[in-house]
Amino acid sequence: MRVVFKKSYDPDIDLHEHGWSRGKIVVLLGIMILLPFFVGEYYLAEAANTLIWALAGMGLMIAVGHTGQVSLGHAAFLAIGAYTDAALMNVGMPFWVALPAAGIVAGVFGAVIAIPAVRMSGIYLAIATLAVFVIVEELVILLEPITGGVGGIMAPTITFFGISFDRYGELENFYWLTLGIVALVTWGYANLMRSPTGRSFLAVRDSEVSARALGINVTRTKSLAFGLSSGVTGLAGALMGHYIGFFNYELFSIFISINLLLVVTIGGLGFIQGAFLGAILITGMPQVIAILRDNLNASTGIDIGSIPGLDTMLFSVILILFIIFEPTGLYGRWLKIRTWFEIFPLARRDMFRRQKSYLKTERMK
Amino acid sequence: MSLLQVKDLAIHFGGVKAVDGVSFAVEPGEVFAIIGPNGAGKSTIFNLISRIYEPTRGTIHFDGKDITGLKAHDIARLGIARTFQNIELFDHSTVLANLLMGRHTHSTTNFVQNMLFMPKVRQAERAHRKRVEEVIAFLELEAYRKKMIAGLPYGVRKVVEIGRALAIGPKLILLDEPASGLSVEESQDVAFWIEDMRRDMGLTVLMVEHDMSLVTQVSDRVLAVANGRPLAMGTAHEVQADPQVQAAYLGTPGEEAA
Amino acid sequence: MELLQLVIGGLANGCIYGLVALGFVLIYKASEGVNFAQGDMMMLGAFIALGLGNSEQAGLPFGLAVIIAIVLMFGIGWGVERVVVRRIFGQPQFALVILTIALGFVFRFVAGSIWGYTPLVLETPFAGMNLRGGGIVISVSDLVTIAVTVVLTLALWAFFAFTKIGLAAQAASQNQMAAYIVGVPVMRINSLIWGLSGAVATVAGVLYATRGAIDPNIGLLGLKAFAAAVIGGLGSLPGALLGGLIIGVVEPVAGRYAPGELAKMSPYIIMLLVLVTRPGGLFAQIQMKKV
Repeated sequence: MRVVFKKSYDPDIDLHEHGWSRGKIVVLLGIMILLPFFVGEYYLAEAANTLIWALAGMGLMIAVGHTGQVSLGHAAFLAIGAYTDAALMNVGMPFWVALPAAGIVAGVFGAVIAIPAVRMSGIYLAIATLAVFVIVEELVILLEPITGGVGGIMAPTITFFGISFDRYGELENFYWLTLGIVALVTWGYANLMRSPTGRSFLAVRDSEVSARALGINVTRTKSLAFGLSSGVTGLAGALMGHYIGFFNYELFSIFISINLLLVVTIGGLGFIQGAFLGAILITGMPQVIAILRDNLNASTGIDIGSIPGLDTMLFSVILILFIIFEPTGLYGRWLKIRTWFEIFPLARRDMFRRQKSYLKTERMK
Repeated sequence: MSLLQVKDLAIHFGGVKAVDGVSFAVEPGEVFAIIGPNGAGKSTIFNLISRIYEPTRGTIHFDGKDITGLKAHDIARLGIARTFQNIELFDHSTVLANLLMGRHTHSTTNFVQNMLFMPKVRQAERAHRKRVEEVIAFLELEAYRKKMIAGLPYGVRKVVEIGRALAIGPKLILLDEPASGLSVEESQDVAFWIEDMRRDMGLTVLMVEHDMSLVTQVSDRVLAVANGRPLAMGTAHEVQADPQVQAAYLGTPGEEAA
Repeated sequence: MELLQLVIGGLANGCIYGLVALGFVLIYKASEGVNFAQGDMMMLGAFIALGLGNSEQAGLPFGLAVIIAIVLMFGIGWGVERVVVRRIFGQPQFALVILTIALGFVFRFVAGSIWGYTPLVLETPFAGMNLRGGGIVISVSDLVTIAVTVVLTLALWAFFAFTKIGLAAQAASQNQMAAYIVGVPVMRINSLIWGLSGAVATVAGVLYATRGAIDPNIGLLGLKAFAAAVIGGLGSLPGALLGGLIIGVVEPVAGRYAPGELAKMSPYIIMLLVLVTRPGGLFAQIQMKKV
């Protein structure tokens, strides 16, 4: 256990309590920045994809992990972000206008639909977001002049200051751009969580009634959180659009919403780090499966590639296992392992045992 | 002028008259206790004052201002803090974070400033922390500062909830059964704290409590309620001696026969 | 006349939505969560019946195939509760939501691996039979659907109102802790309810299959049925049925008189309207948390 002697309140207010953990972030960021010099095109593209997923995951994390608002329809905000960005750029707006606009449009839309939705508790909110998702999907098809309808839409190449950030032509630049946006959002998110706003999110998540008694306007807080959540997801949607290049409504299916939920749940609900771990898992898994498949095919002649839907099925099984055995996700598991080493050899087996609790009912008679 | 004035307060749930025509006034600096058997409507009165329930009739004035029409989240800003009978803490946060959440009404920065963590946010955080540290020192919670609520013993959680209410910096604090489930020593601590709150912090205390020894020890005046109606008001001894109150607690011989 | 025709077809469709919605409600009452695999359980039930009954598969008589399918799905529902759902007892509601979504994918994968992804038709004794009268054509499968739904609903109602287990299940759904303390075997009842909802889903699936071809993705119908359950208020059995009928009728009527996308959106628009105006559904059962 590291003991930090504090002479002021500042270490507690800072993002990192001590220089060591700050140093780790710097090293990690350094590696990420230098990544294009070490890996090839293919893996760099995958890294960019992972970052985009992490961004979307952070968006959903604000709602699910930090305010307890489950959304089954976050793909709708990805879609809104992607279409807003692409449509604005197609009429000649520069990227640095279109991207924030995508975030703002998705965010405002999210905040507005959250206002009636916050009257609903837990499960009903999830349902409402699902309905919103279906409606947005149909709207995308209806609004053909803007969205290209069923045919789809092209996300133009990003250029500013004369530098191209084309995903295919200048992948390194696109990667750095994505990394920059993700780093910025992460920083803002972490700041938010150490400020009164972040605390009010947690308060609303854990006990609405006492949040009210402390003077927190629950409706406004939930709406703000949902708006920020959908806004960040909208940014990710815009980047995803550029990453894919050409897309139609099918890119943002219900499965994307579910994959996003997977990212935050498996990653670890309530931890920003969880969004990253989850994103690594969800973008890395298909690679691992592909490699296994090829090996299996080469060594035994069994072609599991011929079974459709195997990837989804494996994801599902992993998800089920996580929910049953490690509901705190990858990050929660990591914290436990770290604690075990820190206090070695004092860890006891029952230290992390989950408390058995009876069903917490939301129906009160 | 009374700090809190409740006039003819009533709330009916369907046909059930949970509170029916309760009036009382709490003077500044007073410790006022509400007692009564289970289901008498004590907690409901608290929920009415903290605006969780909409009264069927009657008014509530605080500091000369009618608060009957306000929203639940407007109450803290006026200087009314409360605790809950069954502890409503933020389980997945630390004690320190819980207490800091009590400072919400005093935060002046908006979410954009917070996201950028501007210097004024840091300054405000330092000030909140300083105030919270005073509460921690007062309630002797130093050892638990960085502990998660979920892992704390019941007695400590009870104290943390009082601390969170104090962090608001209220004029009036509503304590809903502060000693329930506590050991004799712990409830003795609560008694001392209530004394200190009144004497050192100049707080007015309104509490619901079953533990008559605590009520007798700290309260200036006591209101007894039963079946949503007021029975008697006066000092603890006067109320305890009231035949109606005794009947409400013990039942009348006539009722038993029926 | 055309409208009446649409309404009758819609009612039959609505019965299927209603039955799947009943499954949602049963499980909501037992586990206080939403089983997003309900649609996929319906799909799986239909496929099992098809696999047992169709002549080029196991070739059992239709009635026998359906009964075995119902029994098997009862067992699967029961097993899911025993093996998976019980382990997450006490976790937040949404754990169950995610868990069942994942289960749905597993079911879909299983069905797809066994029966493939090309649509198959269930062979029924009354396939293609129609009744005519007064300018209206009613298919026998529509009538069967409506009749079976009515009988099943009455049977479920009687089960919960009169049998000892049914009453115990009601008690458990209102207050699990209290029911447990007075000796209701809450855990066993939860398993039973999951089994029951698997059986109901199978009936819905077979009825669905009598009206058209099925493939592993028909489980997505669960979303619409889910809207039905929500419209009725998740905790209410008659509400679920009513919600199903509303959606079943509105959909074809909207499809006839409004653009196609709007018709597709209609169940969800109705659901949102109900949620905004009555956050607990038409037959709301949720009350404010007590402090």
